[in-house]
This record gives sequence, C-alpha cells and structure tokens, in this order.
Amino acid sequence: MIKRYLFFVMLGYALNSTAQEHFPKNDGVKSENTNYTAFINAKIFVTPTQVIDNGTLLIHKGKVVATGTSVNIPTNAVIIDVSDKHIYPSFIDVYSGFGVEKPKRQGFGGFGRGQYDPTREGFYWNDHIRPEQNAVDNFKYDEKSASALRKAGFGVVNTHLQDGIMRGSGALIALSNSGSNADRILDNKSAAYLSFTKSATSSQSYPSSIMGTLALIRQVNHDASWYAQGGININDRSLEAFNKNKNLVQIFIAGNKANAFRADRVGDEFGVQYVIVGGGDEYERIQDIKATNATYILPLNFPKAYDVEDTFAASVLELSVMREWNQRPSNPKVLADNDIKFVFTTEGLKSPSMLKMNVIKAIEYGLDKTIALQALTTIPAQVLGQSNTIGSLKNGTYANFLITSGDIFNKTTKIHENWVKGNQDIIQDMSIKTINGDYSFVMAGKTYNVSISGPSMKLKSDVKSDGKQLASKISYKNNWVNLTFTSTDTTQQAFMRFTSRVNQNDNLSGKVVDPNGNTAYVSMVKSINDGNSKSGQTPKRSGQSEKVKLMPITYPNGAYGVNELPSQETILFKNATVWTNEVDGILQNTDVLIKNGLISKIGSNLVEKNAKIIDASGKHLTAGIIDEHSHIAAASINEGGQNSSAEVTIEDVIDAEDIDIYRNLAGGVTSIQILHGSANPIGGRSAIIKLKWGETAKNLINKNAPKFIKFALGENVKQSRSQSGTRFPRTRMGVEQLFLDYFSRAKEYETRKKSGQPYRYDIEMETLVEIMNGERFISCHSYVQSEINMMMKVAEKFNFKMNTFTHILEGYKVADIMKEHGVGASTFSDWWAYKFEVNDAIPYNAAIMHNVGITTAINSDDGEMSRRLNQEAAKAMKYGDINEEDAWKMVTLNPAKLLHIDNRVGSIKEGKDADVVLWNGHPLSVYSKAERTMIEGATYFNHVKDKQMRLKIKKERQELMTMMLQEKNRGMKTQPIKVTDKQQLHCDSMD
Amino acid sequence: MRKINFITSALLLCCLCSFSQQTPAKKQSESITITGATIHIGDGTIIDNGIVIFENGKIQAVADATTSKIALKGKIIDASGKHIYPGFIGANTNLGLVEVDAVNASNDQREMGSMIPHVRSLVAYNAESKVVESMRPNGILIAQVSPNGGRFSGTSSIMQLDAWNWQDAAIKKDDGIYLNWPNSFSRGRWWLGEPRGLKPNRNYSKQVNDIMTFVIESKAYLNGSRTNLNIPFEALEGLFDGSQKLYVNVNDEKGITDAVNFAIQNGIKMVVVGGYQAHTVSGLLKSNNIPVLIDHTHSLPATSDHDYDLPYKNPKLLADAGVLVGIHTGNNSNFQTRNLPFYAGQVVGQGMSKEDALKLITLNVAQILGVDTMLGSIEVGKSATLFVSKGDALDMRGNQLTHAFIDGREISLETHQTELWRRYSQKYQQD
Repeated sequence: MIKRYLFFVMLGYALNSTAQEHFPKNDGVKSENTNYTAFINAKIFVTPTQVIDNGTLLIHKGKVVATGTSVNIPTNAVIIDVSDKHIYPSFIDVYSGFGVEKPKRQGFGGFGRGQYDPTREGFYWNDHIRPEQNAVDNFKYDEKSASALRKAGFGVVNTHLQDGIMRGSGALIALSNSGSNADRILDNKSAAYLSFTKSATSSQSYPSSIMGTLALIRQVNHDASWYAQGGININDRSLEAFNKNKNLVQIFIAGNKANAFRADRVGDEFGVQYVIVGGGDEYERIQDIKATNATYILPLNFPKAYDVEDTFAASVLELSVMREWNQRPSNPKVLADNDIKFVFTTEGLKSPSMLKMNVIKAIEYGLDKTIALQALTTIPAQVLGQSNTIGSLKNGTYANFLITSGDIFNKTTKIHENWVKGNQDIIQDMSIKTINGDYSFVMAGKTYNVSISGPSMKLKSDVKSDGKQLASKISYKNNWVNLTFTSTDTTQQAFMRFTSRVNQNDNLSGKVVDPNGNTAYVSMVKSINDGNSKSGQTPKRSGQSEKVKLMPITYPNGAYGVNELPSQETILFKNATVWTNEVDGILQNTDVLIKNGLISKIGSNLVEKNAKIIDASGKHLTAGIIDEHSHIAAASINEGGQNSSAEVTIEDVIDAEDIDIYRNLAGGVTSIQILHGSANPIGGRSAIIKLKWGETAKNLINKNAPKFIKFALGENVKQSRSQSGTRFPRTRMGVEQLFLDYFSRAKEYETRKKSGQPYRYDIEMETLVEIMNGERFISCHSYVQSEINMMMKVAEKFNFKMNTFTHILEGYKVADIMKEHGVGASTFSDWWAYKFEVNDAIPYNAAIMHNVGITTAINSDDGEMSRRLNQEAAKAMKYGDINEEDAWKMVTLNPAKLLHIDNRVGSIKEGKDADVVLWNGHPLSVYSKAERTMIEGATYFNHVKDKQMRLKIKKERQELMTMMLQEKNRGMKTQPIKVTDKQQLHCDSMD
Repeated sequence: MRKINFITSALLLCCLCSFSQQTPAKKQSESITITGATIHIGDGTIIDNGIVIFENGKIQAVADATTSKIALKGKIIDASGKHIYPGFIGANTNLGLVEVDAVNASNDQREMGSMIPHVRSLVAYNAESKVVESMRPNGILIAQVSPNGGRFSGTSSIMQLDAWNWQDAAIKKDDGIYLNWPNSFSRGRWWLGEPRGLKPNRNYSKQVNDIMTFVIESKAYLNGSRTNLNIPFEALEGLFDGSQKLYVNVNDEKGITDAVNFAIQNGIKMVVVGGYQAHTVSGLLKSNNIPVLIDHTHSLPATSDHDYDLPYKNPKLLADAGVLVGIHTGNNSNFQTRNLPFYAGQVVGQGMSKEDALKLITLNVAQILGVDTMLGSIEVGKSATLFVSKGDALDMRGNQLTHAFIDGREISLETHQTELWRRYSQKYQQD
C-alpha cells in the first residue's frame, strides 16, 4: 500500500531534512531527499475562500510548491491519491503557552506582605514589567501537547511566557514531530504580549489593582521613550527590550469586554493597536467592541448548562449567568456580522480536542463556516504578519495541512492526517476501507447473508442463514476482518470462523474454518444496493439541529438591564411640591416642564404641546441626589501598592454594569463621585459620573465635571491594622512629611518642565502639579482634628486650597479653621465606633459645620446607604435641628457645590440639567419612595416599569431553567450552580 | 515592637475609658403621669389623646383622655402633641460586647471554638459602654446581647440599657442559645486561585450532622448521672426543658427548612434569625409557630435578580403570611443598632401600617424573646419602660426624645456625643 510505504519514506525524509548542510555527520552517509509529494484528486482549500475541486497539492522540502487542477507533477514525486478527501491549511493558535513553563507563584502574591521594592537588578523598577522575556529562551518542545494540538488540527502555535503584565516576545512554533527546534521555531520574536496579571515570580505589591496596572503600562511607555532619548543613564534591560519589541504585533490579554476597552484606550493613547484576547462576552457591547478596531482572539469555552434540579440552590443563580450559557455560543457570529476580525484560541479549553465541537456549536448558532475556517487559518497568519508562510496553501507557504474525510466542520468528519512542514502525522488512517454493507455467500449449499454496520472501530455484524439468526461477532483491524458466527446447527455450540484481507475489491474474500476444522475459501459478495440507511455513518444525534432560542441582550446584560437606552422626553409635572434648593424654597402646587434634557420652565398652569403630563399632586419633585463619596460602579477602588498613586484613575475602572447603579437610581441618586479608597495618603483620581444605567463606562462620565483626586489621612494610610507594615508612613507625623516630599518634588518637576529642558514625563507628578495649579481638586479622607489642621497647613504652604474633607468626623472640632481655609465637608450622618479614630465622631457633626458656614454634604461610602441618602439627610434634622430645606441640600446642592457641578445640577432651576426625582411623599421621610428618577430628561428609574421588569425576570429565569433541564435530560454535561459573590467596595477595600 | 503594641493597647483602653457613662437613674420614687400625647401601645393600636400613669416602675393606667375621667397622679408631664412609645427592643445585638470594631482589645463578640453554647454574653456586657448609652436617645431601651462565634456561639441575655453593671442590667439572664446554621454555599478560596464566587457547600451535610450529634450526645449526657461534668453539654439543658430558646442564624430556604426539622425533631423552641428567604417557607414557619427575627431592613438584596426593595419589605412578607416577626440588628455594626426605629419605619414605605411596623421592634420582639409579660407594649401591669418623642419616632425627622423611662426610672438622654455637641456648639457661639 502506497501510504504505508510513504510513511516510512517520510520518516526518512524528515530525518534527512534536519541534517543541516553545515552540520557534521558521523552516523552514516550524508543523504538528502529531494523528492516531491503530490496529493491528487482532493478538494483543496488553498484559503477558506479559494477552493479547488479535484485538485493537486504539490509539496517539496516542507513547502507548498503548487496547487491547482493542472499541476505539473515532477517525475521524482510520490503520488498520493486522496479522492473524496478535503485538504485544509493546518490551524494556528496565536495565543498559547505551548512548551513554555509558567513560573510557580512565590508566596501569597504580595498584598499585605508589604513588599514594595523590586527583586531584580538591571531591569525596570517594577518586577511585573518583563518585556525582556523571550519565549524562545524558555522553550522546550513538548511532544505530548504537540500531538494533542495536531490531533485537533493545529500546525503552528505562537507561544509565550504567560507571566507578568508585560510578558515579552513570543515564538512561532511549528508542531512538527520530527526534526529539532531548529526546524520548529519559525520566528523567535513573533509578537509582544501584555496582560492584567502580575508576575508569579515576584511579590512586589504594585500594582495591586487594574487601574494601577493601566497606569503602570502608561508610565512604562513614557519611560521607554525617555530611555530611547537617552534620559536614563543606567542600563535598563526591560526598557531596552520594550523599545525593541515595539515593532512587533502587540497582544493584550484582556479576558473580558470591560478590560478590552481599557486596554484599547491605553493603546490609543500611545498609538498602539492591540490585538485583544477577549472573554467571549464581546457580543454584549458589540458596537463598542467594533469601535476598538482591534482583532480579537476568542476563547471557545462556552459555559455548560447549570444543574438547576435543586430548586433551593437554583434560586440564587443569577439571570446574567444563565444568559451567558444561553448566548455565548452566538458570540463569534455576532462579531462576524459586525465585520470584526477574530481568531480562535484553544486557551481556556480543557483540551484542544474540544475546539472542533465548540466551533461547530458556534456554527450552529449562525457563524459562517468560511469565517470559522478563516479564524483558524488566514486571520491568525495575518495577525502575526505571516500570511506568506502559514495559514494558507499558497505557493511558498509551509506544507502545513490537514487531510480530512470531508467538511472539517461536520461532526462526523475525521482528520486523517496533519502534515506540518511536510512531516506527516497520521491521526486516523485514511487507508482503512469502509466495509459496511450487506454481503452474501454460499457455503456447503447454504446461503449466508451478512450485514456489517456501525463505526469502523466498533463494527456490528448480523448473520442469517436458512431464515435463522446466527450469533456473530466481527472485528476489523489493520485491513484484516475476522467474523465469527454460530453454525446453522443450533443443537450444538459450534462456531464458523471467517478471515479476510480487505483489498480494493468490494467483496470480502477469505477462508472459512468450520467447527470440524475444515477450511473453505469463499467470497462474500457485496450487494450493489448496499443500503446506506442500514450501514454507513453514525446516525445523526437528534436534537442537535434544533433551533436554539436566544434570549435578547439587554444593557447591562442581566436583571434590570434595558433593551434600549431611555431617551429624553418632554415631560410636564403638574401640581408637585417642588423643592427648588433656590431662593424660592419649597413651592406648593407647582408645574415643572422638562424638555431637551433640561429643566425648561417652573410655574403654575404650564402648558406644553406634546408633553407627557404626569400628575404629581401630593408628590414631591426634587433635584437628584448627589453622593460625594461613593465606591459603587468600580472594578477596583484602591491602588495600595505604593504610598502615592496619583497616577491611577477610577475613570479607567468604571463598572457600568454594577446593579448598585440601578439600586441607587431607585433611591433617587443621579450623580456620584467614585472615589479612590484610603489605602495611601495620595490616592487616585476620581470619576464623577451620572448614573445612566445601560450606558457604557465611557458615557457615564460627567464631562462637565472638573478633575478630582482622593487624599487620605489617619489609620488607613498608616496601615495601623497591619502588624508588619513596612511602608512609610506609619504615623500621622510621617503623613505630613510624605505630602511635603511629594509636593516639593512636584514643584521641582514643574520648574524643569517649564524651563524647556527635556524631562521624564511622570504621570504622578503631572497630577500633583495640577493640584498645585488649582486644576484638580482634592477630596481628603480625614477623621481627627490634628490631621485636618495639618492637611490645610500643607496646602497653604504650597499655595493651594483643600476643596473637600470627606468623612471629616471631627470637622466639628475645627470648623472655624476649616471655614477660614475655605474647605467644604462631606460627612457621614451618624457613623462612629467602627475604629479608634472615630471615637469622637458625633452625629451632630454635619449640623455644627453647617452652622459655622461650611458647605456641608452627607455622603455614603457604602453601596447600601447610598440608596437611602434622603434618610441620611433627614438625620441632620434629628441630630442638630437643621431645617428641612438645608438638610435636603446636604445631599443635593451642597455636594454639587463641592464637586463644582452646581452650575448644571443640584437644584431645580430653569436651564439646569433635568436630573430630577419624583417622590411619593416627603423626600426626607423614611416612608417615602422614589417613583421616577430622571437624568438629563430621560427616565432611568420608573417604579411601574420596575414592577414589570420583575415579572419579566421571573419569566425569563423560568424559561432558561427549563432549557437547562432539557439539556441535562438530553445527556449533556452540566456544572454546579455558582453565585457571583459581589463585593461591596469601601474605602478600605484592597482591590 | 510587641512592647509598643502593648502600650498602644493600654493607651487605647485608657482613652476609651476616659469618658464615663451618664449616671444611671434612681428607682422611681413618685408616681408619674404623662398627658396629652398620642400613645402608640405597641400592639398595633393607638390612643390619640392618652394618659399613662406609672408607679414603682409599673404601668398603672393607660387611658383615652377624651372618653375616660381618670385621676392624674404624682408628677405630671404634659406631652401634648408628642408621642409615647414602649421602649424599643434590640434583638441579637452585640451591645456592650464591643466598643470599637477595629480595636481587638475592645472586642468580646466571638469566643474561639465551635461547640461553645456555654459561653455567656452576660458576663462580658459592659454596662458603661459609650455605644450602649448612644442607644437611648433613639428610643432603644432594651437589648438582647448575643455572642457570635463558632457553630453554637453561646448564650444570650436580655438587658436594660441604663445600669451600673451587668448584674443590675440583666432583665432575663441566659434567655437563649445562638446557633450558626451551616451555609448551603461556601466561598471560593480565591487566595488559592479558586473563583471568588459562591458554590454549593460540599460539607453542608456533615456540618448539619455535627450539630445533630452534639445535641444527641448532650441529651444522653443529661439523662445520665453527669458524674463527669461536661460544660458544653450542660449548657444545652435549657433547650430541652423549654426554659431557653434556640436562636438559629440561617438565611436560605433549604437551611431554614432543615433547621426547623431539626428543632421539631429535638423538641426545641426555635427562632429563625436572619431569614432572608424565610418568606419562601412561611407556611412551614407558621404551622410550626416558629417566629423570625428578620435581618434589619437597611441591607442589600443577595443577588442582582432580587427586587431592590426585598430587604425593605421582607418583614411585611412574613407578617402578611401570618408569621410572628421582629427585626434584629446582628448583621450590622454595633453602633448601628440605634437606627432600629428606622429599620422598622422602612417597612411602612412598603405598605405596612405604622403601628404594625412598630410591633416589629416592640411587642413582637418581646414575644419572640419571651419577655412580653413585662415589656413590649404600654399596658397596665407591664414595666414602665417607655419614652416620649416630639414626633414620629420611626421617622428620622420625628425621632426626638424628651423623656425616657426604664422601669419607671427617668433616664438620662445625654451621651458622650451630646456633650461634645454642646461643648463645640458653645465654642463657636462664644467666638
């Protein structure tokens, strides 16, 4: 048989191919195989879109020489007839860790251990920045994994060292089982990799958060250019490598859509277009994904159905999680429909063998087969800039290809062979002839009817004679068939044995040995009408092609998400009690017209054509609540890896999908400041957002708001509760010195910058300079009077003003000095006793500060309290007898003033943004509820709609659970219930 | 370093002790009559223009001034336009056990060990806690103080909040035992690289079985000669003779169902504490007369899918289903217990009447804790533990106390905080 012969030839060939011209040879004669190999009569996918029927593929020395229908086959060619077979370019995985061992984590990953310094010398100051790593230096060919990958159809992978934020360069590896790494390594610097994950080799605590990671990546970019300009006079191998890697493809491991946006934004800032490793959730924000202009590397680890049989456990399974199961297989289709380029990776799959099944699933969910094939061949080649060498069967490319029994994305199709660089790997021998069918033969005057069916590995036989059913057993291996059946004489247990060598002929000819040892030669004649129905393929699994029902996507894609964003309406509130927060005070029986997103008119008997009229009799209309100190809607809050983190910004980590946004709206909140936490004296920059539920993170940001930063004093920043703190400062004395140090350095920085001399761009210093120039305001976490005094003195020394003291629980003790400095206050209504420095915190604090004339707000710092800030304001009436109008301002107009957004929000005044709330009763009463919360004239919370959504959620949950139970009944695997454990973030949260 | 820590701790303690509590009031010596106020009885009823008379710490008369002529006695307090309420009762609090959350030295909430029903909150109760005194201006005059640690956490006691020491604070010593029912879900050990979320607790059955075993062993021990003293087993005796209740911290449907079966099987009087999903098994609770101390209402829903106001309306869902329900504050920071009236007020927004909401922190709680013969409502014969508020005490705007009485003793409404308020208000007025 030609193929068997060929196999040996190829081995020899492969060995020869490794013998390099300049290598000595001591084990025999130098010989070189320069034969051609031609595959004829195949359906050849030169590319997914260029398909040749009945064509020839000619390869030579590991490369494709020609494809086509009239290829000239040289005389020294081995010809292989692969009629009925398909030939595809082998697959490519551009995101792989193949053959490069990941380092094991040292200790517990840093935080709390307080390691602030790097462990390396001669490299960047941060251990997690490792662009100097080269996958090729750590590469060890792993035959076992390679074999698994080849079985799954892969010919080439781009591997890298999966460790660190900047991970260095990858290596492009051909998965050829013979030869050496010299043959396998196609490119030893193939792409640069970045991630959000720190290196396991170091416990250096910075960065401890996503926002710190982003800031660090930015600073590395600045430092690298500074290094290139010669600004750094020591050798830094990391920056050196970073600059060298700049021209490589940059692959960023994001892992989900929110991180994809984050990575892309940083890329945009530095003119880098990252290729993004996604998370499978891209469809949830497809327009924004498209806007990144990135090519996506998609894992195909579609979630299994959840086991919802236990109704108790299932009751806590969230809709968003169930939808993931339902919708994620449609992700590739959605990307394709939106012309977003993507490739597939096996990363995230338990084994590469699961790839095909999942690609087929994506196809069942509507993905075009050609695009699926492109995602495994031409596009990955393109991503790596290797279109001329891999990913297709164009002339000159490596001879990396698959021979399959048919359409590669058919469930029953087998991959027969996977050739890599001209090296053959037989996966399922294609020379095995199918013998399924009906046969008959005559022996000793009796006619026997034999029927062979089932898959080739597990054939079944059925033998009949004289109308009797005979017990039988068949095996088929290495071209030999053995069939054993009972004799027609049923009185005794005796067997007839038939053995045959399968050949080109359809009939099975061989010898029969009867129970007596007599031998006869017979030929089983295959009936021409061999009835495919009975023999042949495995029956199609039922249910597979059932149309899957996809649940609609909402924004965010879970409970209470909206199908479309609310639009601005013209609304006329009639007969409301209107809390203006202006000189008019509280107006009874008043009409308010909302139009074009603004508060258009306030008056009585207002008329407006086409306005939606809302009868607000007995109800109260107020400005939306503003929370000066919030930590909801953020993916991380603290960057505590250093004592200053002015370089980080919460704007990088806004989580637009936090359900607490919706819950805050239900409590009448429309604007919040998401503050950095209090892990360090100089914290991170704030995000001031409007709670536009359903919007993207970017669109939540209030563009009219000025810049803010969080500072912090006291117990948290001196790490009082850590016994083993090694980070300066450890006392309030040190806190002052830290500020003096940083602001002095910032002054020097600014001086140099202004002098026109070249300087190292320092994001942290830039931020501090903004503060000193009054371009950025401080909201300072503070408790006791000593530190409050100190902070004001530091500000005065550097000629700026503190804008807000937040928490400020002993503000009442220094209210006169605060008033003189001109700082505002944002405090808790009644919190105390939770730590030592709040021992003298009193609920009368807000009242005293207010009475002294300080702009005083009441804030939450808590995702639960924030949705009842109206009640917290009412406590100012209880504790300190503040009148109701002034109390109300403490959660509306006063925080607006502190945030310098009171020109647009905080009161009901003609021309201001229509950020308003309609309450069913007195807004300061514990008994009242927000019925409607509007931002810029659009309704983001409506209590009637809320009730409808509850019913919808219940219905959809039921529907999805039914679908999952059906899946389980069909025998599909399920996974146990999981509950997302939402973390409520506070000042102290160490993420 | 260790020495410095020691000094810090010592300093902390000194600071904590530097302000002492208001002096506890003397025993009631003369009769007191309060007139003109709206009396919120605590049982769901109300008298618009009422008279309350109390003597020797006990309520002598409660009358409607518009319909009955009754002789006023002793000291007369004109409370026209004001409101009278029975003293609010905090259930499952840590009052007096912890002073400052973050200062370990001041924290006696959790003993080490798992099966420790024998540890008693009573003896650690700090009657002079500044946190305790801060309860009174908001109307919380009584509290059950319970320990938190382990599986069987220990024994609770019920205290009045104006006392010299725990001995005179105790109203009902060792009223019940607290048990933390195993969780149906366990948290991923994210520090070991497991996902952060919750997954079904694989040890649940074993943990439940441990409780069963402990109870069975205790019973066997108590039936025997008890020659070798076993302190933890001894501690369960009250559960079996009916003199103590078992307070079971449990939130999920399955856990509640299992806990109820456990209690019935062992003949134990049980109270569900927490009860986030109790409304889903209200039938079971009602038919077995098992009351619920529901988690305070100012909490967040457990999952994104749940109604944003589920914690707000949870008490109402149970009350509507006929379950006896009160509010507890054990899940909150100690100092927050003073917001108890507002936790009840929150339910009114969900459609419960104000007087029914009041029961959630007065009579219902008194019944659940087994002190309703003395406390929980303004009725003749009960303790004169009540207060006068300028306005609606369940609403922040109206909760302004003018007088408060525990067993007829007129207690101080001043605190460390009001003193600071006055001191600094005066400072700025002088300036």
